[in-house]
Amino acid sequence: MSFQKTTVSALAISLISTAAIARDNVQVAGSSTVLPYAAIVAEAFGENFDFPTPVIESGGSSAGLKRFCEGVGEKTIDIANASRAIKEKEIKKCAEAGVTNIIEVRIGYDGIVFASDINGNGFTFTPQDWYLALAAELPKDGAMVVNQNTSWASVNTAFADQPISAFIPGTKHGTREVFEEKVILEGCEASGAMAQILEINGGDHDAAESTCMAIRTDGRSVDIDGDYTETLARIQADANGIGVFGLAFYENNTDKLQVATMSGVVPTTESIAAGDYPVSRPLYFYIKADHIGVVPGVKEFAEFFVSDDMAGPDGPLAEYGLVSDPALAEVQGAVMNEVLMGK
Amino acid sequence: MSDAPKSLLAVDVRTKKRNAAEARFKAYGLGAIIVAVLALAILITSVFGTGLSAFRQTFITIEVPLPEAKLDKSGVRDLSVMKKVTTIGYKPLLRNGLLAAIDEAGITTDLSKKDIAKLISKEAPATVRNFVLANPDAIGGSMVFDLLANGRIDGFFKDRVTMESAALDDNTSPEALKLARDLKEAGIIQTKLNWGFLFAPDASDQRPEAAGLGVAILGSLYMMIVVLVLALPIGVAASVYLEEFAPRNRLTDIIEVNISNLAAVPSIVYGILGLAIFINFMEFNQSSPLVGGLVLALMTLPTIIISTRASLKSVPPSIRDAALGIGASKMQSVFHHVLPLAAPGILTGTIIGLAQALGETAPLLLIGMVAFVREYPAAYTPDAGLFGEASTALPVQIFNWTQRADPGFVERASGAIIVLLVFLLVMNTIAIILRRKFERRW
Repeated sequence: MSFQKTTVSALAISLISTAAIARDNVQVAGSSTVLPYAAIVAEAFGENFDFPTPVIESGGSSAGLKRFCEGVGEKTIDIANASRAIKEKEIKKCAEAGVTNIIEVRIGYDGIVFASDINGNGFTFTPQDWYLALAAELPKDGAMVVNQNTSWASVNTAFADQPISAFIPGTKHGTREVFEEKVILEGCEASGAMAQILEINGGDHDAAESTCMAIRTDGRSVDIDGDYTETLARIQADANGIGVFGLAFYENNTDKLQVATMSGVVPTTESIAAGDYPVSRPLYFYIKADHIGVVPGVKEFAEFFVSDDMAGPDGPLAEYGLVSDPALAEVQGAVMNEVLMGK
Repeated sequence: MSDAPKSLLAVDVRTKKRNAAEARFKAYGLGAIIVAVLALAILITSVFGTGLSAFRQTFITIEVPLPEAKLDKSGVRDLSVMKKVTTIGYKPLLRNGLLAAIDEAGITTDLSKKDIAKLISKEAPATVRNFVLANPDAIGGSMVFDLLANGRIDGFFKDRVTMESAALDDNTSPEALKLARDLKEAGIIQTKLNWGFLFAPDASDQRPEAAGLGVAILGSLYMMIVVLVLALPIGVAASVYLEEFAPRNRLTDIIEVNISNLAAVPSIVYGILGLAIFINFMEFNQSSPLVGGLVLALMTLPTIIISTRASLKSVPPSIRDAALGIGASKMQSVFHHVLPLAAPGILTGTIIGLAQALGETAPLLLIGMVAFVREYPAAYTPDAGLFGEASTALPVQIFNWTQRADPGFVERASGAIIVLLVFLLVMNTIAIILRRKFERRW
């Protein structure tokens, strides 16, 4: 008995130590916004090429880029998905770890839409409405006062008298940044509040911006740290709720949600591609150029990702909700020629 | 106390009070049980209500033409040339097959050809392509395929999609559903048992109908093997030593307290540990069942040690004394007598520990197992080592699917919960049977 036990443990330990390190599949990690697109491409890639299907992890843009910048070698990921451009800070960190050859690939644009329960009131928002509805404090008679708006009717007389109840992405989401900059800050400037705040604080522009973008915390605006499925569940439970979604998510749930226009423009892949719809952002992935030729399939996967068959206006990514990049041909060229960032 | 004689039959105030207290306590207990049972019933009905349909799937049976001009222009059946025709090139063939079937059944529809083709799942071209690449001789003829129907069509036959919801849905239309109903009447569309849900790999957000648990079940199985092979011998050795051989002193007391504490450590902590030690320091592969199994083994160890020690303790000292009395060594008394008698308890504890590990998600989040993986992981490859290929696990797959945008994945996630529940139920039943059958009472 004792002999058997020792043998089993010894065997286990020896087997585990044989785990080698090479791998033959492309590893991708990063933004959960880019994940569905990457999964669609990976699936088609595995179907049509002799390479194994790439493994795609989510976890967020920052987490993905952090792992991307851990170094070069088979233990590190090959591609990082990001719903924002890589920051200077991150490029520096990459360089410190020896990741100096990075290829930046813009795959297209993602629209951010405002949608409410399909049976509720429809809305035609402007950024100003959102600022007045969600700001923590509004300037009034030369001083900042706590936001008193409780109904959409008090924000804009054209709206129905519906209590303000907004579900916006939590601060860990890249979407929140876009929402704050392209909606709240815009609205702050458009409503003239910016000018008043500057008057109150004596012209400190940075402070005025953060005052603008401070969101009320009295329960009228709820941060959703999960994903869009959680926002959808909240709206289905609260008929007055208005949520922030990605265009792709909305397009897959048009039987439950109605979308609001922003500054008079209905969000569609066309209106975003044309630049008419104001709230959108580019999506990226970053390739470790040093892994091309080492890990099989990295370049092929990247080329396939941005090919017309995938990322083009009639491809499956556009069908899912990605706004195709009008300059896709340039991106394709850059991937083909392995154009490095900053070189 | 009082002067008047009291009847024994008359209940005095204090007795009444005590009786009332007892009745109230019984009511609380009953209430607690009712709440618990109700919660369980609601959970089970909601999971089974949405999830059972995942085990059935809608298929379209059509004859697909396989023209040589499209699939192998060279005509020499060279695989490397034939592979150049991608799934995009196969799409029109499926559409033609479906259009021919609709014509033959005499069904009329206002839908455009493009919209008719949307009835077929995006997975279907890959099915046909794989068949053609495996059977190049089939080119030139035609072949009858059972192809997956689009997720919305599937939802229609499962009452998830209705004519009203389809009218608002950009991804389907009432006309498409009407056509699907006609096709069903003509026998071209059937809903039948879906083995793919258990054996197929995950699919992307555009193909909820094709998503399956194959990779996740395999990953969970590998992890359980790693957990069993590591945690059982280590756990049993540790507890036999602690219980039978170790001296009682401050050090063993500290170890004992620590083991009990470890059992209560939140599982995510083991994930952080796994990331730091197994991936960053020992450089095992990300997302691999090996790392997942190691982490879960660490997590399961305290459970196994505690239950093993409890069952060793329950073996009466008279057994040891008798063995020692007739001249057996300490080790002989333990391995020949005590351990076999404690074995049922050890096994039960191990199985319950495994069941706990099987349902664990949190530590796997940190070691990269929350991923989109479509390749079945091999148990051993020279490149990746033992259990070194990327995979997911059952609870992680559930977590993944609940995050997807397509409503079809709600059904899939609930279906996966059912599969996980069945596994847990089976494991726990085995534990109970073992205990009933082999446990000895003194």
